[in-house]
Amino acid sequence: MSDVLVEIDDLKVHFPIKSGLLFDRTIAHVLAVDGVSLKIARGETYGLVGESGCGKSTLGRGLLRLVEPTHGRIIVDGTDVRALQGEQMRLFRRRIQMVFQDPMSSLDPRQSVESLLVEGLKAHDMHRDKAAVRQRLRSTLDSVGLPASTLNKYPHEFSGGQRQRIGIARALILGPELIVADEPVSALDVSIQAQVVNLLGDLQESLGLTYLVIAHDLAVVRHISDTIGVMYLGALVEEADGDRLYQRPLHPYTRALLSAVPIPDPWTEDRRERILLAGDLPSPVNPPSGCRFRTRCPWSQPRCAEDRPELRVFDDSGQRVACHFAEQIHSGELRMHEVHTELVRPAQGSAPDVGSGLIQTRNDLP
Amino acid sequence: MALLDVRDLSVVFRRRGAEPFTAVDGVGFTVEPGQTVGLVGESGCGKSVTSLAIMGLLPRRGNQVTGEVRFEDTDLLKLRPQDLRDRRGRDIGMIFQDPLSSLNPVIPLGLQVAEVLERHQGKTRQAALRQAGGLLDAVGIPDPARRLKEFPHQLSGGMRQRALIAIALACKPRLLIADEPTTALDVTIQAQILALLKELVDQSGTALVMITHDLGVVAGLCDTVNVLYAGKVVERAGRHDLFADPRHPYTHGLLQSVPRLDVDRGGRLHQIRGSVSDNIPWPEGCAFAPRCDRVIDDCVGATVPLEPTRRDGALRCTNPVPQEVPA
Ligand SMILES: Nc1ncnc2c1ncn2[C@@H]1O[C@H](COP(=O)(O)OP(=O)(O)O)[C@@H](O)[C@H]1O
Ligand SMILES: Nc1ncnc2c1ncn2[C@@H]1O[C@H](COP(=O)(O)OP(=O)(O)O)[C@@H](O)[C@H]1O
Ligand code: SF4
Ligand code: SF4
Ligand SMILES: [Mg+2]
Ligand SMILES: [Mg+2]
Repeated sequence: MSDVLVEIDDLKVHFPIKSGLLFDRTIAHVLAVDGVSLKIARGETYGLVGESGCGKSTLGRGLLRLVEPTHGRIIVDGTDVRALQGEQMRLFRRRIQMVFQDPMSSLDPRQSVESLLVEGLKAHDMHRDKAAVRQRLRSTLDSVGLPASTLNKYPHEFSGGQRQRIGIARALILGPELIVADEPVSALDVSIQAQVVNLLGDLQESLGLTYLVIAHDLAVVRHISDTIGVMYLGALVEEADGDRLYQRPLHPYTRALLSAVPIPDPWTEDRRERILLAGDLPSPVNPPSGCRFRTRCPWSQPRCAEDRPELRVFDDSGQRVACHFAEQIHSGELRMHEVHTELVRPAQGSAPDVGSGLIQTRNDLP
Repeated sequence: MALLDVRDLSVVFRRRGAEPFTAVDGVGFTVEPGQTVGLVGESGCGKSVTSLAIMGLLPRRGNQVTGEVRFEDTDLLKLRPQDLRDRRGRDIGMIFQDPLSSLNPVIPLGLQVAEVLERHQGKTRQAALRQAGGLLDAVGIPDPARRLKEFPHQLSGGMRQRALIAIALACKPRLLIADEPTTALDVTIQAQILALLKELVDQSGTALVMITHDLGVVAGLCDTVNVLYAGKVVERAGRHDLFADPRHPYTHGLLQSVPRLDVDRGGRLHQIRGSVSDNIPWPEGCAFAPRCDRVIDDCVGATVPLEPTRRDGALRCTNPVPQEVPA
């Protein structure tokens, strides 16, 4: 990777769990993101996948400091983002924008599309020249395939696909370099999903954007990503380019995940071997010792309970994997065994999936 | 004879101050004993309303249901509410997307399963509870004896869906209707639940109506697939035929627009222009016409009929995608 735009090093985001009676007492932490390191090259799409609750959204928000990381470094284009303060951070934020699953659900329904888009410009004092603003609004809407008449309308007047276009326009209007898209097409029907996926591709090409795309749908992620990172319980377990990851998944979790995705082709479905995982994602409050996947891993060994495997480079291809036994599993030397289902309590500390609602997001900054 | 024979089923919603809305418009399909039949389509095309109408679970007011829902010899639409309720637990089971809303939050799981057995099989409480433990075990819930005393909120989404399946299958129904049973679940949990459903259906010979928006789920599971658009069946075919050779432009477009895991990183996806919601109320004639690349004069104005196809299916289109000729 020659030109790195984003470098994340050992990033951790831990949420304190307060005791219900004594409000100021922290009784435990949700280890939502617990030591993630990755690099995103300029102009590429990095896709982050994993089951709900594994920390994808928190990582994305941590990168923008919409939630404050507990530990680690974030370097964007040579700037140490965590060292930026107040005004500097505010100005810097223009360069990274976020696209959400349903951008409109959190918005004031009385706010027109125009005022919504201008809001971002105002925050960066880019709204004074009326003619320039007009021009900018039109060209941005045009780039996402919406007519200028959209400006005078309100969120509820649009379908899901059009709303997502408006959400993308809102992210684009400030001219960012990096876009963090959190489940940008998950709420959309297949035919609309294709429209938005294509739009993201076109914009990347014409504007030279870099994307971090967060999604639970592996097929979508494979379609759009140059590099894919697989997360499990707060950590990256594997990373490779999409084609390699599909052809040679090394981590047991990646193998199970890939084998679980339904493929719209009856002949393929009839022939496929599935690795069915036992049980549910454990709670990120008390993750298993050693390898976090060991409670569901069909290849786990005694050592897995003791040492936490590091994400390491597997071979010359640059594929990275966090498993002690990746070589032996790959060669077939180590065989699968039965896994006993462990019950996971949803109420334990925090539900694995709180949805975006619970994540404290700072709205004071665009 | 078919186990379930749905004929010309329509559901019209009437609200004061609003135009009547036809959510389901002359839907017909059959389910043979032991068969798995899919209903697929994007959101809003009438899948859930169809299944609720079949089960007699639509709200009493505000809608009008017409047509026939023959289960063996009985038209379910003509049954008295009480008789219908009886049939539901005994002959037809149902599972929904959100198990939490279908389970009673304040009754222990074991009792919820046992009640079904008591009501429909006249079992004693004790015998029913014993069997309930066996059922939870059969659907893969760990340590079932203990789980009997627990409440739905103590289980994860996947485990709750298993519990719901146990309840639906408690009386060994001959038909199971599943409305997006895995849509709210993660993909590895979805795989568990689909494998469980497949196994149970294979073992017990229960027929299954699988309702989903996910073409991948259909590809792995269904014998016959009905594609719905705007409240109508637009294409029906065996699963291999449908995927090899989709004839309806909507089916064809959908299959081309899904990104596939087994295809290398690609350029652009095929797009279907517009959206379902842009075209409500549905236009006269073919409802897909405003989005269709193959639209011709005959498509607009008059209703396009559903015609049988040579391959034992059906197609509602005046200008279908040409059949692929084997080389
Ligand atoms: N503000 C918060 N307070 C406490 N826990 C949180 C908060 N936000 C997220 N979490 C927890 O962090 C974990 C990761 O959540 P998230 O990043 O939303 O996962 P994903 O996006 O992969 O579904 C989950 O267990 C979630 O419950
Ligand atoms: N109780 C209701 N009153 C009025 N309209 C309804 C009602 N239930 C569903 N609809 C409408 O009927 C159509 C079909 O809905 P539904 O069967 O839920 O779609 P699907 O399950 O295929 O996503 C939708 O346009 C929906 O808004
Ligand atoms: S380190 Fe052990 S438990 Fe973890 S994935 Fe590898 S084999 Fe499985
Ligand atoms: S009937 Fe006409 S408009 Fe409708 S799908 Fe067929 S070709 Fe397209
Ligand atoms: Mg998320
Ligand atoms: Mg539905």
